[in-house]
Amino acid sequence: MSRLRIATIWLGGCSGCHMSLLDLDEWLIELAARADLVYSPIADAKRFPPNVDLTLIEGAIANDEHLELAQTARRHSKIIVSFGDCAVTGNVTALRNPLGTAQSVLQQVYIEHGDPGGVIPRDPGIVPVLLDKVVPVHQVIPVDYYLPGCPPSAPRIRALLEALIEGREPATDIRYG
Amino acid sequence: MAAKTLTIDGHLVSARPGETLLAAIREAGITIPTLCHLDGLSDVGACRLCLVEIEGQRRLQPACMTMVSEGMVVHTNTPRLQAYRRQIIELLFAERNHVCAVCVASGNCELQRLAGMVGMDHVRYEYLSPDCPVDISHARFGIDHNRCVLCTRCVRACDEIEGVHTWDVAGRGVDARVITDMNQPWGTSTTCTSCGKCLLACPTGAIFPRGVTVGERPHASERIALIVDARKQRW
Repeated sequence: MSRLRIATIWLGGCSGCHMSLLDLDEWLIELAARADLVYSPIADAKRFPPNVDLTLIEGAIANDEHLELAQTARRHSKIIVSFGDCAVTGNVTALRNPLGTAQSVLQQVYIEHGDPGGVIPRDPGIVPVLLDKVVPVHQVIPVDYYLPGCPPSAPRIRALLEALIEGREPATDIRYG
Repeated sequence: MAAKTLTIDGHLVSARPGETLLAAIREAGITIPTLCHLDGLSDVGACRLCLVEIEGQRRLQPACMTMVSEGMVVHTNTPRLQAYRRQIIELLFAERNHVCAVCVASGNCELQRLAGMVGMDHVRYEYLSPDCPVDISHARFGIDHNRCVLCTRCVRACDEIEGVHTWDVAGRGVDARVITDMNQPWGTSTTCTSCGKCLLACPTGAIFPRGVTVGERPHASERIALIVDARKQRW
């Protein structure tokens, strides 16, 4: 059996879902025997590679960089999983949406409620540009499976990964928060 | 009066005359989702989660508002009903800002539980993300409109059990909000007795005791029925 190529990406989220992934402890060693982690915040790869079998996406789409990476991941992955509440619903990352457009949010955070003399960070090409509305991953690319949870627990992640690695349909597992 | 005999999901069931279909379905050991229904309060048929198919009727009927009748043939869990129930829960999540991760009711919330029950693995609709106020002007309780599903259980508990009617609903459609007295801060209400029955009745984290944080608001809606039963025994 050829080795599976797995990627994980970290968009608008707190990395808690990745922490939960690391909570799989010694099962990660078993996973490493069957799969390669070809792109991840915890792997040394600069570019999202082609021909990925399975990509877990943590986080919501909050800026232009997230949008681009999600689209790249979709182009190069057979299976995309929305991994955790931020990817599935927007969750905490989307709490800014009721505050209005990106400009209005930045104004409120950096000027109205920020330090005296605060300025809105602006560094084109370096600081990603916020989108006006934070959206869940499935609103910008097609998603194959959803694993809600803030974060999903390690056993729930394992159950999903085991099913997908073995080519089975994962059991429905819905638990928000 | 003679008992009524009806068929629910292929099982013959007998029910008392004047009983609701929801009660008969539950007595038959069948679980269907409900949200605006709360034992001890009157029914309003607002949430539409308990819709069932009745043979010979083209329209779906809310089980909580339909009386049993002789020979009724009822289906409670068809693919059509499952699709509508999931759609209803998705629309509730899309309409306000329900963020389980930072909610006082997480783990004890009827909406959160219903999302799992109806198989809502994601919401297909665009989130409206309305700018909703949080009122913590009351000394003991708060109301977070981001988490309100307009089930009106607080309104009915306040009116029917406490007999005060501090709560009501103002506005229409997506602008509808539960209000206290003349749409004023809860803390300034002159009718509220601070009894906390609205808090007991609330299915989500919309009404909460001040000072609780994530996951700390217990779910105690069954206490409304206990209060009603206790009064019957005493009087």
